[in-house]
Amino acid sequence: MIEFTNWDLLRNLLLATRWTIALSLTAFIGGALVGLLLTAMRLSGRRPLQWLVRGYVEVFQGTPLLMQLFLVFFGLSLLGLDISAWSAAAFALTFFTSAFLTEIWRGCIDTLPKGQWEASRCLGLSFQQTLGRVILPQAIRVALAPTVGFSVQVIKGTALASIIGFVELTKAGTMLNNATFEPFKIFAMVALIYFALCYPLSLASQRLEKKFNGAR
Amino acid sequence: MALVNIDQVHKYYGDLHVLKGVDLKINAGEVVSIIGRSGSGKSTLLRCMNGLEAYQEGAIIVDNKEVSSDEKQVRLLARSVGMVFQSFNLFPHLTVGENIMLAPKLVLKLSSKEARELALDKLTKVGLAEKIDEYPDCLSGGQQQRVAIARALAMSPKVLLCDEITSALDPELVGEVLRVLEQLAADGMTLILVTHEMNFARDVGDRVVFMHQGKVWESGPAKAVFAQPSTPELQSFISAVL
Repeated sequence: MIEFTNWDLLRNLLLATRWTIALSLTAFIGGALVGLLLTAMRLSGRRPLQWLVRGYVEVFQGTPLLMQLFLVFFGLSLLGLDISAWSAAAFALTFFTSAFLTEIWRGCIDTLPKGQWEASRCLGLSFQQTLGRVILPQAIRVALAPTVGFSVQVIKGTALASIIGFVELTKAGTMLNNATFEPFKIFAMVALIYFALCYPLSLASQRLEKKFNGAR
Repeated sequence: MALVNIDQVHKYYGDLHVLKGVDLKINAGEVVSIIGRSGSGKSTLLRCMNGLEAYQEGAIIVDNKEVSSDEKQVRLLARSVGMVFQSFNLFPHLTVGENIMLAPKLVLKLSSKEARELALDKLTKVGLAEKIDEYPDCLSGGQQQRVAIARALAMSPKVLLCDEITSALDPELVGEVLRVLEQLAADGMTLILVTHEMNFARDVGDRVVFMHQGKVWESGPAKAVFAQPSTPELQSFISAVL
Protein backbone atom coordinates (compact mmCIF):
# COMPACT_ATOMS: atom_id res chain seq x y z
CA MET A 1 0.00 0.00 0.00
CA ILE A 2 1.23 3.43 -0.90
CA GLU A 3 1.80 5.82 1.99
CA PHE A 4 0.28 9.32 1.67
CA THR A 5 1.74 12.16 3.67
CA ASN A 6 -0.60 14.82 4.98
CA TRP A 7 0.87 17.18 2.46
CA ASP A 8 0.03 14.75 -0.37
CA LEU A 9 -3.56 14.63 0.81
CA LEU A 10 -3.90 18.39 1.20
CA ARG A 11 -2.20 19.07 -2.11
CA ASN A 12 -4.59 16.78 -3.96
CA LEU A 13 -7.59 18.24 -2.22
CA LEU A 14 -6.46 21.74 -3.09
CA LEU A 15 -6.00 20.74 -6.72
CA ALA A 16 -9.58 19.47 -6.76
CA THR A 17 -10.71 22.69 -5.04
CA ARG A 18 -9.92 24.48 -8.29
CA TRP A 19 -12.88 22.62 -9.81
CA THR A 20 -15.14 23.49 -6.92
CA ILE A 21 -14.25 27.13 -7.46
CA ALA A 22 -14.67 26.88 -11.24
CA LEU A 23 -18.05 25.21 -10.87
CA SER A 24 -19.18 27.75 -8.27
CA LEU A 25 -18.14 30.67 -10.43
CA THR A 26 -19.80 29.22 -13.52
CA ALA A 27 -23.02 28.54 -11.64
CA PHE A 28 -22.99 31.92 -9.97
CA ILE A 29 -22.27 33.95 -13.08
CA GLY A 30 -24.64 31.87 -15.21
CA GLY A 31 -27.26 31.99 -12.49
CA ALA A 32 -26.94 35.75 -12.14
CA LEU A 33 -27.36 36.28 -15.89
CA VAL A 34 -30.38 33.99 -16.13
CA GLY A 35 -31.73 35.52 -12.91
CA LEU A 36 -31.43 39.02 -14.36
CA LEU A 37 -33.35 37.95 -17.44
CA LEU A 38 -36.05 36.30 -15.32
CA THR A 39 -36.27 39.39 -13.10
CA ALA A 40 -36.77 41.61 -16.14
CA MET A 41 -39.45 39.21 -17.43
CA ARG A 42 -41.19 39.26 -14.10
CA LEU A 43 -41.24 43.06 -13.99
CA SER A 44 -42.37 43.46 -17.60
CA GLY A 45 -46.02 43.39 -16.55
CA ARG A 46 -46.88 40.70 -19.13
CA ARG A 47 -48.91 37.99 -17.45
CA PRO A 48 -47.68 34.92 -19.41
CA LEU A 49 -44.05 35.89 -18.77
CA GLN A 50 -44.75 36.38 -15.08
CA TRP A 51 -46.39 32.97 -14.81
CA LEU A 52 -43.45 31.38 -16.59
CA VAL A 53 -40.98 32.93 -14.15
CA ARG A 54 -43.14 32.00 -11.20
CA GLY A 55 -43.36 28.38 -12.35
CA TYR A 56 -39.62 28.21 -12.97
CA VAL A 57 -38.80 29.57 -9.52
CA GLU A 58 -41.29 27.28 -7.79
CA VAL A 59 -39.99 24.16 -9.55
CA PHE A 60 -36.36 24.81 -8.71
CA GLN A 61 -37.06 25.96 -5.17
CA GLY A 62 -39.42 23.08 -4.51
CA THR A 63 -37.21 20.18 -5.56
CA PRO A 64 -33.88 19.00 -4.12
CA LEU A 65 -30.79 20.17 -5.97
CA LEU A 66 -29.69 16.53 -6.17
CA MET A 67 -32.82 15.62 -8.16
CA GLN A 68 -32.19 18.52 -10.50
CA LEU A 69 -28.66 17.23 -11.04
CA PHE A 70 -29.91 13.70 -11.73
CA LEU A 71 -32.58 14.94 -14.10
CA VAL A 72 -30.16 17.02 -16.13
CA PHE A 73 -27.45 14.34 -16.12
CA PHE A 74 -29.54 11.24 -16.75
CA GLY A 75 -32.45 12.95 -18.49
CA LEU A 76 -30.36 14.44 -21.23
CA SER A 77 -28.50 11.19 -21.84
CA LEU A 78 -31.88 9.46 -22.21
CA LEU A 79 -32.61 11.94 -24.96
CA GLY A 80 -29.42 10.77 -26.62
CA LEU A 81 -27.43 13.86 -25.65
CA ASP A 82 -24.03 12.90 -24.38
CA ILE A 83 -23.48 15.28 -21.51
CA SER A 84 -20.39 15.35 -19.31
CA ALA A 85 -20.62 15.45 -15.54
CA TRP A 86 -19.14 18.97 -15.66
CA SER A 87 -21.78 20.29 -18.06
CA ALA A 88 -24.62 18.60 -16.20
CA ALA A 89 -23.44 20.06 -12.90
CA ALA A 90 -22.88 23.49 -14.42
CA PHE A 91 -26.37 23.55 -15.97
CA ALA A 92 -28.20 22.22 -12.92
CA LEU A 93 -26.43 24.62 -10.56
CA THR A 94 -27.06 27.53 -12.92
CA PHE A 95 -30.80 26.77 -12.93
CA PHE A 96 -30.82 26.35 -9.18
CA THR A 97 -28.89 29.59 -8.58
CA SER A 98 -30.98 31.62 -11.02
CA ALA A 99 -34.22 30.55 -9.35
CA PHE A 100 -33.04 31.60 -5.90
CA LEU A 101 -31.44 34.84 -7.08
CA THR A 102 -34.65 35.76 -8.93
CA GLU A 103 -36.58 35.30 -5.72
CA ILE A 104 -34.04 37.23 -3.64
CA TRP A 105 -34.01 40.11 -6.13
CA ARG A 106 -37.80 40.14 -6.32
CA GLY A 107 -37.85 40.87 -2.61
CA CYS A 108 -35.26 43.62 -2.99
CA ILE A 109 -37.08 45.33 -5.85
CA ASP A 110 -40.39 45.07 -4.03
CA THR A 111 -38.96 47.04 -1.10
CA LEU A 112 -38.58 50.09 -3.36
CA PRO A 113 -41.55 52.46 -3.15
CA LYS A 114 -44.10 52.19 -5.97
CA GLY A 115 -43.71 55.93 -6.40
CA GLN A 116 -40.32 55.39 -8.03
CA TRP A 117 -42.03 53.56 -10.89
CA GLU A 118 -44.83 56.11 -11.09
CA ALA A 119 -42.51 59.11 -11.12
CA SER A 120 -40.44 57.51 -13.89
CA ARG A 121 -43.55 56.79 -15.88
CA CYS A 122 -44.82 60.34 -15.50
CA LEU A 123 -41.49 61.64 -16.75
CA GLY A 124 -41.83 59.55 -19.89
CA LEU A 125 -39.09 56.99 -19.19
CA SER A 126 -39.54 53.62 -20.90
CA PHE A 127 -39.70 50.37 -18.94
CA GLN A 128 -36.08 49.59 -19.78
CA GLN A 129 -34.92 53.08 -18.84
CA THR A 130 -36.82 52.92 -15.56
CA LEU A 131 -35.35 49.55 -14.74
CA GLY A 132 -31.81 50.45 -15.75
CA ARG A 133 -31.56 54.00 -14.43
CA VAL A 134 -33.95 54.13 -11.49
CA ILE A 135 -34.85 50.72 -10.12
CA LEU A 136 -31.75 48.55 -10.48
CA PRO A 137 -29.22 51.10 -9.16
CA GLN A 138 -31.28 51.27 -5.96
CA ALA A 139 -32.13 47.58 -5.80
CA ILE A 140 -28.49 46.56 -6.20
CA ARG A 141 -27.56 48.27 -2.94
CA VAL A 142 -30.24 46.32 -1.14
CA ALA A 143 -29.52 43.08 -2.99
CA LEU A 144 -25.76 42.97 -2.60
CA ALA A 145 -25.62 41.47 0.89
CA PRO A 146 -28.18 38.65 0.37
CA THR A 147 -26.71 37.87 -3.05
CA VAL A 148 -23.19 37.47 -1.69
CA GLY A 149 -24.70 35.50 1.18
CA PHE A 150 -26.38 33.14 -1.26
CA SER A 151 -23.07 32.47 -3.07
CA VAL A 152 -22.16 30.43 0.03
CA GLN A 153 -25.09 28.12 -0.74
CA VAL A 154 -23.84 27.74 -4.30
CA ILE A 155 -20.37 26.69 -3.16
CA LYS A 156 -21.77 24.14 -0.75
CA GLY A 157 -24.20 22.98 -3.44
CA THR A 158 -21.32 22.05 -5.75
CA ALA A 159 -20.52 19.17 -3.36
CA LEU A 160 -23.50 17.32 -4.80
CA ALA A 161 -21.82 17.20 -8.19
CA SER A 162 -19.55 14.53 -6.67
CA ILE A 163 -22.49 12.11 -6.84
CA ILE A 164 -22.65 12.20 -10.63
CA GLY A 165 -18.90 11.64 -10.72
CA PHE A 166 -17.56 15.12 -11.21
CA VAL A 167 -14.20 15.37 -9.44
CA GLU A 168 -14.36 18.44 -7.26
CA LEU A 169 -13.42 18.82 -3.62
CA THR A 170 -15.90 16.35 -2.11
CA LYS A 171 -15.32 13.69 -4.77
CA ALA A 172 -11.55 14.04 -4.35
CA GLY A 173 -12.06 13.58 -0.61
CA THR A 174 -14.07 10.40 -1.18
CA MET A 175 -11.46 9.03 -3.55
CA LEU A 176 -8.58 9.78 -1.19
CA ASN A 177 -10.50 8.17 1.64
CA ASN A 178 -10.94 5.02 -0.44
CA ALA A 179 -7.16 4.86 -0.77
CA THR A 180 -6.18 5.79 2.78
CA PHE A 181 -9.13 4.74 4.98
CA GLU A 182 -8.71 7.82 7.12
CA PRO A 183 -12.15 9.37 6.78
CA PHE A 184 -11.99 11.66 9.77
CA LYS A 185 -8.75 13.29 8.73
CA ILE A 186 -9.69 13.57 5.06
CA PHE A 187 -13.18 14.94 5.57
CA ALA A 188 -11.95 17.33 8.25
CA MET A 189 -9.57 18.73 5.67
CA VAL A 190 -12.37 18.89 3.10
CA ALA A 191 -14.63 20.70 5.54
CA LEU A 192 -11.88 23.15 6.43
CA ILE A 193 -11.32 24.00 2.79
CA TYR A 194 -15.06 24.63 2.28
CA PHE A 195 -15.04 26.79 5.37
CA ALA A 196 -12.06 28.76 4.07
CA LEU A 197 -13.98 29.42 0.85
CA CYS A 198 -17.30 30.29 2.46
CA TYR A 199 -16.34 32.21 5.58
CA PRO A 200 -14.90 35.25 3.80
CA LEU A 201 -18.07 35.47 1.73
CA SER A 202 -20.30 35.29 4.81
CA LEU A 203 -18.19 37.98 6.40
CA ALA A 204 -18.39 40.16 3.30
CA SER A 205 -22.14 39.72 3.24
CA GLN A 206 -22.45 40.86 6.85
CA ARG A 207 -20.25 43.88 6.19
CA LEU A 208 -22.28 44.85 3.14
CA GLU A 209 -25.48 44.52 5.06
CA LYS A 210 -24.21 46.90 7.72
CA LYS A 211 -22.93 49.32 5.12
CA PHE A 212 -26.13 49.57 3.10
CA ASN A 213 -28.68 48.97 5.80
CA GLY A 214 -30.72 52.11 6.12
CA ALA A 215 -28.46 54.04 3.78
CA ARG A 216 -29.86 55.53 0.62
CA MET B 1 -61.04 73.04 -27.30
CA ALA B 2 -60.16 73.02 -23.64
CA LEU B 3 -56.75 71.68 -22.62
CA VAL B 4 -58.26 68.97 -20.43
CA ASN B 5 -61.61 67.43 -21.36
CA ILE B 6 -63.11 64.89 -19.04
CA ASP B 7 -66.31 63.43 -20.38
CA GLN B 8 -68.56 61.09 -18.39
CA VAL B 9 -65.69 59.14 -16.85
CA HIS B 10 -66.44 56.07 -14.78
CA LYS B 11 -63.86 54.16 -12.81
CA TYR B 12 -64.22 50.95 -10.84
CA TYR B 13 -61.86 49.16 -8.48
CA GLY B 14 -63.42 45.73 -8.81
CA ASP B 15 -66.94 46.24 -7.49
CA LEU B 16 -66.17 49.64 -6.01
CA HIS B 17 -67.53 52.43 -8.20
CA VAL B 18 -65.05 55.25 -7.55
CA LEU B 19 -65.81 57.78 -10.29
CA LYS B 20 -69.45 58.00 -11.28
CA GLY B 21 -69.63 59.98 -14.46
CA VAL B 22 -67.24 62.88 -14.01
CA ASP B 23 -67.43 65.83 -16.42
CA LEU B 24 -64.81 68.56 -16.24
CA LYS B 25 -63.18 70.96 -18.69
CA ILE B 26 -60.05 72.87 -17.85
CA ASN B 27 -58.63 75.60 -20.06
CA ALA B 28 -54.98 76.45 -20.59
CA GLY B 29 -53.70 78.80 -17.91
CA GLU B 30 -56.36 77.90 -15.36
CA VAL B 31 -55.53 77.04 -11.76
CA VAL B 32 -58.06 74.49 -10.59
CA SER B 33 -58.24 73.10 -7.05
CA ILE B 34 -60.00 69.82 -6.52
CA ILE B 35 -61.25 69.52 -2.97
CA GLY B 36 -63.35 67.01 -1.11
CA ARG B 37 -63.32 64.42 1.63
CA SER B 38 -60.96 61.47 1.43
CA GLY B 39 -62.56 58.75 -0.62
CA SER B 40 -64.43 61.23 -2.79
CA GLY B 41 -62.36 60.19 -5.81
CA LYS B 42 -60.31 63.35 -6.25
CA SER B 43 -56.86 61.73 -6.30
CA THR B 44 -58.17 58.95 -8.51
CA LEU B 45 -59.50 61.50 -10.98
CA LEU B 46 -56.12 63.24 -11.05
CA ARG B 47 -54.31 59.95 -11.62
CA CYS B 48 -56.68 59.12 -14.47
CA MET B 49 -55.69 62.36 -16.21
CA ASN B 50 -52.19 61.06 -16.95
CA GLY B 51 -52.90 57.36 -17.28
CA LEU B 52 -51.54 56.24 -13.89
CA GLU B 53 -55.00 54.78 -13.31
CA ALA B 54 -57.18 53.26 -15.98
CA TYR B 55 -60.83 54.28 -16.32
CA GLN B 56 -63.52 52.04 -17.72
CA GLU B 57 -66.04 54.38 -19.38
CA GLY B 58 -66.02 57.84 -20.87
CA ALA B 59 -63.07 59.75 -22.23
CA ILE B 60 -60.29 61.99 -21.01
CA ILE B 61 -58.61 64.09 -23.67
CA VAL B 62 -55.56 66.13 -22.71
CA ASP B 63 -53.85 68.36 -25.24
CA ASN B 64 -55.86 66.67 -28.02
CA LYS B 65 -54.62 63.21 -27.05
CA GLU B 66 -56.88 60.62 -25.54
CA VAL B 67 -55.54 59.31 -22.25
CA SER B 68 -55.29 55.58 -21.84
CA SER B 69 -53.21 53.62 -19.39
CA ASP B 70 -51.35 52.00 -22.27
CA GLU B 71 -47.63 52.18 -21.51
CA LYS B 72 -46.66 53.95 -24.76
CA GLN B 73 -49.54 56.40 -24.49
CA VAL B 74 -48.53 57.35 -20.96
CA ARG B 75 -45.00 58.10 -22.10
CA LEU B 76 -46.22 60.23 -24.96
CA LEU B 77 -48.49 62.04 -22.57
CA ALA B 78 -45.59 62.75 -20.23
CA ARG B 79 -44.55 65.52 -22.58
CA SER B 80 -47.78 67.42 -21.99
CA VAL B 81 -48.65 66.39 -18.45
CA GLY B 82 -46.32 66.70 -15.48
CA MET B 83 -47.03 65.33 -12.05
CA VAL B 84 -45.88 66.06 -8.52
CA PHE B 85 -46.64 63.59 -5.74
CA GLN B 86 -47.38 63.79 -2.05
CA SER B 87 -44.30 61.69 -1.27
CA PHE B 88 -41.98 63.62 -3.66
CA ASN B 89 -40.71 60.40 -5.31
CA LEU B 90 -37.30 61.85 -6.03
CA PHE B 91 -34.70 59.29 -7.09
CA PRO B 92 -32.59 58.95 -3.94
CA HIS B 93 -29.51 57.54 -5.72
CA LEU B 94 -29.21 60.58 -7.99
CA THR B 95 -28.24 64.15 -7.16
CA VAL B 96 -30.78 66.93 -7.46
CA GLY B 97 -29.34 67.90 -10.84
CA GLU B 98 -29.33 64.30 -12.08
CA ASN B 99 -32.93 63.86 -10.95
CA ILE B 100 -33.95 66.75 -13.17
CA MET B 101 -31.64 65.88 -16.08
CA LEU B 102 -32.58 62.20 -16.37
CA ALA B 103 -35.78 62.49 -18.41
CA PRO B 104 -34.67 65.40 -20.61
CA LYS B 105 -31.58 63.38 -21.54
CA LEU B 106 -33.30 60.03 -22.05
CA VAL B 107 -36.64 61.16 -23.45
CA LEU B 108 -35.97 64.52 -25.08
CA LYS B 109 -32.43 63.47 -26.10
CA LEU B 110 -30.76 66.62 -24.79
CA SER B 111 -26.98 66.63 -24.42
CA SER B 112 -25.55 66.60 -20.90
CA LYS B 113 -24.64 70.26 -21.23
CA GLU B 114 -28.08 71.31 -22.42
CA ALA B 115 -29.74 69.19 -19.75
CA ARG B 116 -27.64 70.74 -17.00
CA GLU B 117 -28.48 74.24 -18.18
CA LEU B 118 -32.13 73.27 -18.19
CA ALA B 119 -31.83 71.83 -14.68
CA LEU B 120 -30.11 74.98 -13.44
CA ASP B 121 -32.80 77.13 -15.00
CA LYS B 122 -35.65 75.15 -13.39
CA LEU B 123 -33.87 75.02 -10.04
CA THR B 124 -33.42 78.78 -10.15
CA LYS B 125 -37.15 79.04 -10.68
CA VAL B 126 -37.83 77.12 -7.45
CA GLY B 127 -35.01 78.91 -5.64
CA LEU B 128 -32.66 75.95 -5.20
CA ALA B 129 -29.92 76.47 -7.80
CA GLU B 130 -27.20 76.05 -5.17
CA LYS B 131 -28.43 72.51 -4.33
CA ILE B 132 -27.83 71.09 -7.81
CA ASP B 133 -25.07 68.70 -6.72
CA GLU B 134 -26.58 67.58 -3.42
CA TYR B 135 -28.46 64.36 -2.83
CA PRO B 136 -32.18 64.56 -2.03
CA ASP B 137 -31.79 63.19 1.49
CA CYS B 138 -29.65 66.23 2.40
CA LEU B 139 -32.65 68.46 1.69
CA SER B 140 -35.66 69.35 3.80
CA GLY B 141 -39.07 68.05 2.75
CA GLY B 142 -40.05 71.42 1.35
CA GLN B 143 -36.85 71.61 -0.67
CA GLN B 144 -37.35 68.07 -1.96
CA GLN B 145 -40.83 68.94 -3.11
CA ARG B 146 -39.53 72.03 -4.88
CA VAL B 147 -36.97 69.85 -6.64
CA ALA B 148 -39.77 67.49 -7.66
CA ILE B 149 -41.61 70.48 -9.16
CA ALA B 150 -38.47 71.53 -11.02
CA ARG B 151 -38.08 67.97 -12.30
CA ALA B 152 -41.61 67.98 -13.68
CA LEU B 153 -41.16 71.44 -15.21
CA ALA B 154 -38.02 70.32 -17.03
CA MET B 155 -40.21 68.34 -19.42
CA SER B 156 -42.07 71.56 -20.32
CA PRO B 157 -45.53 70.20 -19.52
CA LYS B 158 -48.65 72.07 -20.61
CA VAL B 159 -50.36 71.12 -17.38
CA LEU B 160 -48.99 70.22 -13.97
CA LEU B 161 -50.92 67.80 -11.77
CA CYS B 162 -50.26 68.18 -8.04
CA ASP B 163 -51.49 65.36 -5.83
CA GLU B 164 -51.68 66.68 -2.25
CA ILE B 165 -48.14 67.93 -2.58
CA THR B 166 -48.02 69.68 0.78
CA SER B 167 -49.74 66.98 2.83
CA ALA B 168 -46.52 65.20 3.81
CA LEU B 169 -44.74 68.38 4.84
CA ASP B 170 -44.17 69.88 8.25
CA PRO B 171 -46.44 72.94 8.60
CA GLU B 172 -43.55 75.40 8.51
CA LEU B 173 -42.41 74.01 5.12
CA VAL B 174 -45.77 74.28 3.37
CA GLY B 175 -45.39 77.97 2.60
CA GLU B 176 -42.26 77.68 0.46
CA VAL B 177 -43.91 75.07 -1.77
CA LEU B 178 -47.12 77.09 -2.12
CA ARG B 179 -45.09 80.17 -3.06
CA VAL B 180 -43.51 78.21 -5.92
CA LEU B 181 -47.00 77.19 -7.10
CA GLU B 182 -48.16 80.77 -6.85
CA GLN B 183 -45.26 81.87 -9.00
CA LEU B 184 -46.09 79.18 -11.56
CA ALA B 185 -49.71 80.28 -11.61
CA ALA B 186 -48.59 83.88 -12.18
CA ASP B 187 -46.44 82.67 -15.08
CA GLY B 188 -49.53 81.19 -16.71
CA MET B 189 -48.93 77.51 -16.03
CA THR B 190 -52.04 75.33 -16.00
CA LEU B 191 -52.28 73.77 -12.55
CA ILE B 192 -54.64 71.10 -11.33
CA LEU B 193 -54.27 70.52 -7.63
CA VAL B 194 -55.80 68.03 -5.32
CA THR B 195 -55.32 69.90 -2.09
CA HIS B 196 -56.29 70.43 1.50
CA GLU B 197 -54.88 73.96 1.49
CA MET B 198 -58.18 75.80 1.42
CA ASN B 199 -56.64 79.24 1.73
CA PHE B 200 -54.46 78.56 -1.27
CA ALA B 201 -57.42 77.19 -3.23
CA ARG B 202 -59.43 80.30 -2.46
CA ASP B 203 -56.74 82.94 -2.92
CA VAL B 204 -54.65 81.60 -5.78
CA GLY B 205 -56.98 79.20 -7.55
CA ASP B 206 -59.23 80.37 -10.37
CA ARG B 207 -61.72 77.61 -9.89
CA VAL B 208 -62.66 75.14 -7.23
CA VAL B 209 -64.08 71.72 -7.95
CA PHE B 210 -65.74 69.98 -5.04
CA MET B 211 -65.93 66.24 -5.40
CA HIS B 212 -68.37 64.13 -3.44
CA GLN B 213 -69.27 60.45 -3.83
CA GLY B 214 -67.34 60.09 -7.07
CA LYS B 215 -68.95 63.06 -8.81
CA VAL B 216 -68.22 66.73 -9.38
CA TRP B 217 -70.73 67.96 -6.81
CA GLU B 218 -70.15 71.65 -7.22
CA SER B 219 -67.71 73.82 -9.10
CA GLY B 220 -67.20 77.48 -9.82
CA PRO B 221 -64.96 80.51 -9.35
CA ALA B 222 -62.87 79.96 -6.24
CA LYS B 223 -63.85 83.00 -4.20
CA ALA B 224 -67.55 82.69 -4.97
CA VAL B 225 -67.66 78.99 -4.13
CA PHE B 226 -66.02 79.53 -0.78
CA ALA B 227 -68.15 82.57 0.00
CA GLN B 228 -71.45 80.98 -0.98
CA PRO B 229 -71.39 77.23 -1.33
CA SER B 230 -74.72 76.19 -2.81
CA THR B 231 -74.89 72.53 -1.77
CA PRO B 232 -75.27 71.47 1.88
CA GLU B 233 -72.42 68.93 1.38
CA LEU B 234 -69.95 71.65 0.43
CA GLN B 235 -71.24 73.90 3.19
CA SER B 236 -70.57 71.27 5.81
CA PHE B 237 -67.19 70.42 4.24
CA ILE B 238 -66.06 74.04 4.24
CA SER B 239 -67.20 74.66 7.79
CA ALA B 240 -65.35 71.50 8.85
CA VAL B 241 -62.02 72.44 7.26
CA LEU B 242 -61.88 76.23 7.55
